Amino acid sequence: MMLLNVDNLNVHFHTRAGVMKAVDGVSFSVDHGEILAIVGESGSGKSVTCYSLLNLIPQPPGKIESGIALFEGRDLLSMQPDTLRRIRGNEIGIIFQDPMTSLNPYLTVGEQLIEPLLYHRNLNRQQALKRAVTMLDEVGIADPETRIHNYPHEFSGGMRQRVMIAMAMIAEPKLLICDEPTTALDVTIQAQILSLIKALQKRRIIAVIFISHDLAVVASLADRVAVMKEGRIVETGPVDDIFQKPRSGYTRTLLASIPSGSKPHPSQPSDQPLLLIDRLTTCFADNSGGWLSRQKADKKAVNEVSLTIQRGEILGLVGESGSGKSTLGRSILQLVPVTSGTVIFDGTDLVGLRQKRMTPLRRRMQMIFQDPYASLNPRMTVFDCLAEPLLYHGLATRKTVTAQVLALMDDVGLARAAIRKYPHEFSGGQRQRIAIGRAIATKPELIIADEPVSALDVTIQAQILVLILALVEKHNLTMLFISHDLSVVRYIADRIAVMHHGELVEIAETETLFANPGHDYSRKLLSAIPALSTNPTLSTRPPTKLV
Amino acid sequence: MVNPISAASAPEKGTSLWRDGWVRLRKNHLALFGLAVMVFFCVIALLTPWIAPYGYEQQNLQLGASPPSAAHWLGTDIFGRDMLTRIMYGSRVSLLVGFVATGVALVIGVLWGTVAGYAGGRVDAVMMRLVDILYALPFMIFIVLLMVVFGRNILLLFLAIGAVEWLTMARIVRGQVQNLRHQEFIEAAFSMGLSRWIIIRRHLIPNTLGPVIVYTTLTIPNVMLLEAFLSFLGLGIQPPQSSWGLLISHGVESMEEYPWLLIFPGLALSITLFALNFLGDGLRDALDPKASKD
Repeated sequence: MMLLNVDNLNVHFHTRAGVMKAVDGVSFSVDHGEILAIVGESGSGKSVTCYSLLNLIPQPPGKIESGIALFEGRDLLSMQPDTLRRIRGNEIGIIFQDPMTSLNPYLTVGEQLIEPLLYHRNLNRQQALKRAVTMLDEVGIADPETRIHNYPHEFSGGMRQRVMIAMAMIAEPKLLICDEPTTALDVTIQAQILSLIKALQKRRIIAVIFISHDLAVVASLADRVAVMKEGRIVETGPVDDIFQKPRSGYTRTLLASIPSGSKPHPSQPSDQPLLLIDRLTTCFADNSGGWLSRQKADKKAVNEVSLTIQRGEILGLVGESGSGKSTLGRSILQLVPVTSGTVIFDGTDLVGLRQKRMTPLRRRMQMIFQDPYASLNPRMTVFDCLAEPLLYHGLATRKTVTAQVLALMDDVGLARAAIRKYPHEFSGGQRQRIAIGRAIATKPELIIADEPVSALDVTIQAQILVLILALVEKHNLTMLFISHDLSVVRYIADRIAVMHHGELVEIAETETLFANPGHDYSRKLLSAIPALSTNPTLSTRPPTKLV
Repeated sequence: MVNPISAASAPEKGTSLWRDGWVRLRKNHLALFGLAVMVFFCVIALLTPWIAPYGYEQQNLQLGASPPSAAHWLGTDIFGRDMLTRIMYGSRVSLLVGFVATGVALVIGVLWGTVAGYAGGRVDAVMMRLVDILYALPFMIFIVLLMVVFGRNILLLFLAIGAVEWLTMARIVRGQVQNLRHQEFIEAAFSMGLSRWIIIRRHLIPNTLGPVIVYTTLTIPNVMLLEAFLSFLGLGIQPPQSSWGLLISHGVESMEEYPWLLIFPGLALSITLFALNFLGDGLRDALDPKASKD
């Protein structure tokens, strides 16, 4: 008998806009000791499916319309709340995406770890704490006897996720649900967490449902894969079948969207440098002492970085969170105060430049931000947003501005009819198109793109990457492309710079770096990329057809 | 100052936040009702000298306090003065104080809070400490001092109340702006080279509107009662002139014998408060593109 058998699950959300079929007739099963991956893009219903099983969806607006979910022969969906509570956290454990927000900041991790034991197992505090220490040791936390009395903020992101795993595993569940457990983590930490989950699963022989948007992560982990789209499972099968011979068109689209291989058309950078950075250092003053305190500890976010960007080139900048890559981008544009060094843009040193002389230069350098939900003013329409830079810099008159905005919208692939809409009426990908339109509105020469595709689904990501490449070619742009995702950078960049702890450790031609990384850290970064089982026909196909 | 941006929002098809807001507000019947009530009250207040049934100081000592009747719809007070007339005259003072003093508080508070929140650092610290100091100053002493120095004057009353009410507004706005300041769209506006003033006006202030409008609708009735309090102490309006606040505080003294002296001015204030709240909620939703999804 299967451990979990879900049959024809239907979950609807009743909103003012109408009924949304979040889960639409989903059936799947998980066997003892098996890892099932559910993959899909945002809004595909993969999380709702699993949360419905444990009655964790908000009701209303959500409503489980019909379906059966047999867990060891008992139907989770028709169960009394009390009975289900004994299963939740006890027989079924769950790990959430964000280890920052899923731990209570006011309790030590020990207090939180022993909760399920006190509640489900009737152990006393001493026994529970002892179990908790063993569990922390098992998930790879050094010195667990001391660490158990620490608060969540005293752990790093990866360590916190280990604590979450310990919490989910401590009651020895038979089924573990992992909801994007590595999405918020750096690639090297992700590799560690994935191998930890795999090791625990092998040792304890538990079943795992692994929810992810990342096919590459799934490929290295799962036994079986279910692909979800718009509330339905479009394909399910053993992991090798899904990757080697996908049956549904959607799965093929997903696979083709993963950026792979090198840049389709390498750009022809001229040998004139547009940007010369010399020993650029940016410190953040630690003002936590307050106004009257004298002591200030400076943290060097960017430490003596020197690099050159040629006109017409795309330079990729990679590094993990906290490596200073975003700060470097912002320092170049003088969005944060620079401590020392020079940034020479087309012959002018930007560091310490008076605002009066900086403003006309700002037209020539623009930025694309990571989060298209935060980078657009919610109270400005597309027209207002795109017209603002044009009018401000005197590049359009009131008569010509509408035509120019429409031309920009054509450029970035937005429907002209959407000109009077507000940002929230668009999807994430379309919003990023607006943001890109705003950045290229003033016909800049340099664009700094800070993780412009990280917040997007993989198929949308592929479309935006193709758009960026096309625009770079059309407008002869020079770009600094910041990303944590090496495969994205490989697809788009001519050269790659690697940052680590605020320092530039390596800069090389893209393919040279991938073939022969010169620095230890680059090597570590490259080996941590989850590898997709290589299929030559898939991996070389450029995602152009998606546009 | 001349800048091309403000003109940009009025090209032929005209899409400004305010115009979109008005279109959305028209669909909100409750808010329209509130607006209609406020307009009605304001028109009555303006026309009072011509349409009031009696004079505001016209006494009828033989009649004394009488309950509502055909001659005096809302009854009379202990001097036999017509309550309807007095409430109508009172609305002139109360509405004026409510709107002007709140307006003063709104302008000072929003500008002060936005500048402090956006500038940050020392500027913010100095500006907000000043707010703290004014907070700590006892309100009564402040008003009495003003009265002593400048004499008794209704304009001074507006100014004094406005000068106190803006403090909370400044704090609310500053908190909002501090949150917004680190959002990427503000950074994007800055990296576009926009001047600070345009960022404040076009990007920051519109995004603080929600809490500001709600707080404003709460401030207006508050200010009206504050005026009553000051008048009661002899610092504001003096009988035989009237204001709603004054009528209410007199009504409270005799509410067991002559309840209508309290009920009717109280009702006028409550209806105003309700209407303002409906209007305020409607405005908040109408000016938030995300809220009204219909």
